[in-house]
Amino acid sequence: MKTSLTQYTDLYDTNRAVIDEGSAPVLNALRPAAREALAGASLPEKGDEGFEITSVNSMLAPNYGLNISRINIPVDVADTFRCDVPNMSSLMGVVANDKFVPTAGLLRNLPDGVTVMSLAEAAKAYPDRVASLYGTIAPISNPVVALDTMLVQDGVYIRVEAGVKLDRPLQIVNVLQSSVPLMAVRRILIDVDRDADLRLLLCDHSRNVGMDYLALQVTEASLAPGARLEIYDLEESTATTNRLSLTYVRQQERSAFLANTTTLLNGTTRNRYNVDILGERCSTGLYGMAIGSAKQHVDNSTVINHRAPRSVSNQLYRYVLDDDARGAFEGLIEVFPDAPFTEAFQTNNNILASTGAQMHAKPQLIINNDDVKCSHGATTGQLNREALFYMRSRGIPEAEARTMLMQAFMVDVINTVSVEALRDRLRHLVEKRFDGTLGACETCRLHQ
Amino acid sequence: MQSQSEILLDVRNLHARIGEKEILKGINLTVRRGEVHAIMGPNGSGKSTFSSVLAGNPAFTVTEGTATLHGVDLLSLPPEDRSHEGLFLSFQYPVEIPGVSMVNFMRAAVNAKRKYFNEPPMSATDFLKMMRQKRAVVELDNKLASRSVNEGFSGGEKKRNEIFQMAVLEPQLSILDETDSGLDIDALRIVSQGVNTLKTADNATIVITHYQRLLDYIKPDFVHVLYKGRIVMTGGPELALELEQRGYDWIKEENDAK
Amino acid sequence: MSMKEQNHDKDPRKGGQKPAGPEQGKPSAGDIINDATTGEYKYGFVSDIDTEIIPVGLNEDVIRLISAKKNEPQWLLDFRLEAYRYWLTLEMPRWAHLDIPDIDYQAISYYAAPRKKEGPKSLDEVDPELLDTFNRLGIPLEEQKQLSGMAVDAVMDSTSVKTTHREKLASLGIIFCSFSEAVKDYPDLVRKYLGSVVSYRDNFFAALNSAVFSDGSFVYIPKGVRCPMELSTYFRINASGTGQFERTLIVADDDAYVSYLEGCTAPQRDENQLHAAIVEIIVEERAEVKYSTVQNWYAGDKEGRGGIYNFVTKRGLCRGDYSKLSWTQVETGSAITWKYPSCILKGDNSVGEFYSVAVTRNRQQADTGTKMIHIGRNSRSTIVSKGISAGESQNSYRGLVKVVPAADGCRNYTQCDSLLLSSHCGAHTFPYIDVKNPTAVVEHEATTSKISEDQLFYCNQRGIPTEEAVGLIVNGYAKEVMNKLPMEFAVEAQKLLQITLEGSVG
Repeated sequence: MKTSLTQYTDLYDTNRAVIDEGSAPVLNALRPAAREALAGASLPEKGDEGFEITSVNSMLAPNYGLNISRINIPVDVADTFRCDVPNMSSLMGVVANDKFVPTAGLLRNLPDGVTVMSLAEAAKAYPDRVASLYGTIAPISNPVVALDTMLVQDGVYIRVEAGVKLDRPLQIVNVLQSSVPLMAVRRILIDVDRDADLRLLLCDHSRNVGMDYLALQVTEASLAPGARLEIYDLEESTATTNRLSLTYVRQQERSAFLANTTTLLNGTTRNRYNVDILGERCSTGLYGMAIGSAKQHVDNSTVINHRAPRSVSNQLYRYVLDDDARGAFEGLIEVFPDAPFTEAFQTNNNILASTGAQMHAKPQLIINNDDVKCSHGATTGQLNREALFYMRSRGIPEAEARTMLMQAFMVDVINTVSVEALRDRLRHLVEKRFDGTLGACETCRLHQ
Repeated sequence: MQSQSEILLDVRNLHARIGEKEILKGINLTVRRGEVHAIMGPNGSGKSTFSSVLAGNPAFTVTEGTATLHGVDLLSLPPEDRSHEGLFLSFQYPVEIPGVSMVNFMRAAVNAKRKYFNEPPMSATDFLKMMRQKRAVVELDNKLASRSVNEGFSGGEKKRNEIFQMAVLEPQLSILDETDSGLDIDALRIVSQGVNTLKTADNATIVITHYQRLLDYIKPDFVHVLYKGRIVMTGGPELALELEQRGYDWIKEENDAK
Repeated sequence: MSMKEQNHDKDPRKGGQKPAGPEQGKPSAGDIINDATTGEYKYGFVSDIDTEIIPVGLNEDVIRLISAKKNEPQWLLDFRLEAYRYWLTLEMPRWAHLDIPDIDYQAISYYAAPRKKEGPKSLDEVDPELLDTFNRLGIPLEEQKQLSGMAVDAVMDSTSVKTTHREKLASLGIIFCSFSEAVKDYPDLVRKYLGSVVSYRDNFFAALNSAVFSDGSFVYIPKGVRCPMELSTYFRINASGTGQFERTLIVADDDAYVSYLEGCTAPQRDENQLHAAIVEIIVEERAEVKYSTVQNWYAGDKEGRGGIYNFVTKRGLCRGDYSKLSWTQVETGSAITWKYPSCILKGDNSVGEFYSVAVTRNRQQADTGTKMIHIGRNSRSTIVSKGISAGESQNSYRGLVKVVPAADGCRNYTQCDSLLLSSHCGAHTFPYIDVKNPTAVVEHEATTSKISEDQLFYCNQRGIPTEEAVGLIVNGYAKEVMNKLPMEFAVEAQKLLQITLEGSVG
């Protein structure tokens, strides 16, 4: 049986030279191993363990174009920033499909000790540095990582030197833009050195409403001892955008990692976070929310591996699903025998607002040490009827009361955002999303 | 004693059930402006159901009868419109709503009412000023007003918060459902003072209570005894004192004998 | 022998106390603790019984042989062969959190039966050694010696030895007999229900069982009858080199009620023996079935040598409106346990319950839980799972709660707790929650903790030694589930829990 994977291995086999030419030796070096790993491999199907509702195979089945010849697709940066998180930072870059374009502000304002640039260029300028990180965290035993490794030509390279603490968030805007169905393959490398601090805001948008896109993105993040990294990942794309995002994180002692993944508008999205805690006294927070309507499909999957003692992890994911939206949350906390004094908590709460909406939850614990505090909980239900009546008895119309309660449902996730301006912005966006007015920019109009 | 002021609430032969179980079995009650009525009765007699049904709790189904507020058919209105028409229910168990701040909650309520009467929304300054004024009525701490609705409030704070909301919404008919339950003597005094302060010749109050205690603070004009879903006895304030002394057994015996 | 075990032998608590058996009424907590002195498997003896064992191996001829030995009708042989052919196409499932060694299915004998004449009609015809065996297991087959409120079907290896109280039950129209007898005496009922809840296509072990199943119990409670006594089947593996593949079928017709108990033990051997059973339950309108299990198959020794592989498919269909099925299980035995007693809640307002205590120690592995499939409107389910892991054992809860789109008003509450008693064991939770109806309320909570140092210290300070304290605390922890067992069973189970945990704290 010819799976959707074959078209990509075929593409690679026939165009290897072109792909290599459009990239850098450090990236090219891992392609053969990735190709090897894909021989005989298959992509996850819906119903496979860990893929309860999402078929990666189907997501990759359409005949997308890949811009392997690196044809320049101009992106109107100014126009893109009619997007919903404007001016959050003067440190901003745009990734047009897979090509990194720094804004003038970024080049001007980037402090010493911070590198933000195209991955392909970084791989040429600092081959050793890039090679010491690239492919060391995300394993090619995962076929999606292997696929990315085989095809990726560019992406973003971010490095924060030891002790450097960025005082404002770095904002990267991923824009999908094409006049034909397009697959963008990206790799983001984030290297946060000892006691350094980085807050990263990732915004995903799609142009040309109705165009089919697939964004395949693998992120590898390394946190040195005492480092702090916060990723705020906000997707406001279109109904025809598919997103496969895999983030692999390696934490050394005393490091702190936080990810907040928000899906407001999208087509089919599969987000995977995989965190390895290798040193003592780390903290890890994985948070997320999804607001789904129409046929939105949001699948968040997390793994936190506690491999060292005295670390704390928290997970909180909330979904509100309306119309025919589909949601999945699968989370795993694994405590290894060598990780006593671990504290790990995981919560998933979901609200189904219509008869067509469906939610699949699978919160899992694998505990191999007795000196731990671990718990998880999952609920799927409706808005609190008593609260709804209480509000209506005070004169608040039912629709408004519902919106207020749904907004309130998301407050705990929004409050995990440490950047105040972003928190306020997110609160505002969620409110707009619930009352149906989100879509000031072109990408969102489709959903109204 | 019979007042001749305008009829505010008129309930005729009201029947209601929850699931398959009939709880209200034909209630008749007339409340005129300026009056205070107390409804007493043993546990399970239907007191709280009566208040819930008037406020439009969807958990209950009205099977028979009518209820009007200043001539408006209450039973055909959704709960929010009953509120706009001037009905206020102080809940026996005020609901906690995590994530919704008191300020947002009250602003939504106030502006919904203004919209109902085709008035523009209140400006933020005016609104905050009003909140401040109304807080004074029940000595509600500013800190409570900035928290989520009822979340983490003590029993007394929740009841004070109910009266505060009553002050803000300026209802014509207030129904206080067991507002005294779980209150210590100081809280009882503050809540009662709040209610008395808000009392005018134009509005009316129904006090639902199990004990006479609250009626020492809020003087009723009429006392009704509710038993098995019907008002079985009506009298003046002296009836409450008699119930306090004799309990409810004699009421049960008289009515069960029938 | 380790120091710990030597200490047991000298344990002063042992002297002067008479072990309390169930026939002496409900023993106090003190009795229970005092009785639990060795931590050894009490049921590990082998009975010297003249047993007919067919040669090892599995093929169509073996299946024909089993069927012939049981004088089965053609349709049943066909059912077996169909299942066998399907089984050949399957591979053993590997998705559980279990390390299952490869099993050589050709090295197992699929039929072993104590030799006897044409089915024992009275006790006089039963081999005295067999009676003695069940006496030693605390299951007297003489009716006068039994607990008054219980009827027993005793199954040794592949066949039923004796079913008690049959006449009394028959007077109420209740059928309680061995599966083989049911095939002979009530072929229409068996044919109607066999495989109707667990198809042979269900899974690898269900297919295997359907091909080679030997005996088991059959229960039919007619309309409107409340079974006046507990029905109980006691399963015993005795022969070496065999597997046990029993099949239980319980039908509760409209408005019927029955409480059914299942117990099991096996001799202590270095070899692993396979137990792959199927339990099917049909619950009609307003009927109620309580199914309780105390599973105490031999678990293997400290190094993980020997023990039963317990791969069981148990499922009930709540077919009628307002029907109710309640599973209660206390799992202490078996080297590997793979079992998920489930409820298909098809009737409106039907109720499914699952209460489980699973204890693993040494190198035991358990992957157990339940499935609650909500199809009927307003169906409700409750899951309470208490896992206790000690030694180097692995203990997993795996459960599915599914609400189909048409099932309005469903509720599920799941509480699943794990207690870890050593730093080398594992406690895992894998819940699958699948909700396709917006009126459903589904809640899952799970916690993992170790035994509280404060509680232990408090007990120690009051003079209770640590091992006893652990027993007390664990019994308290498991109480919510133990309370669901019928009284006689609860006492047994409590003792079992205590014994199982002896020497487990490290």
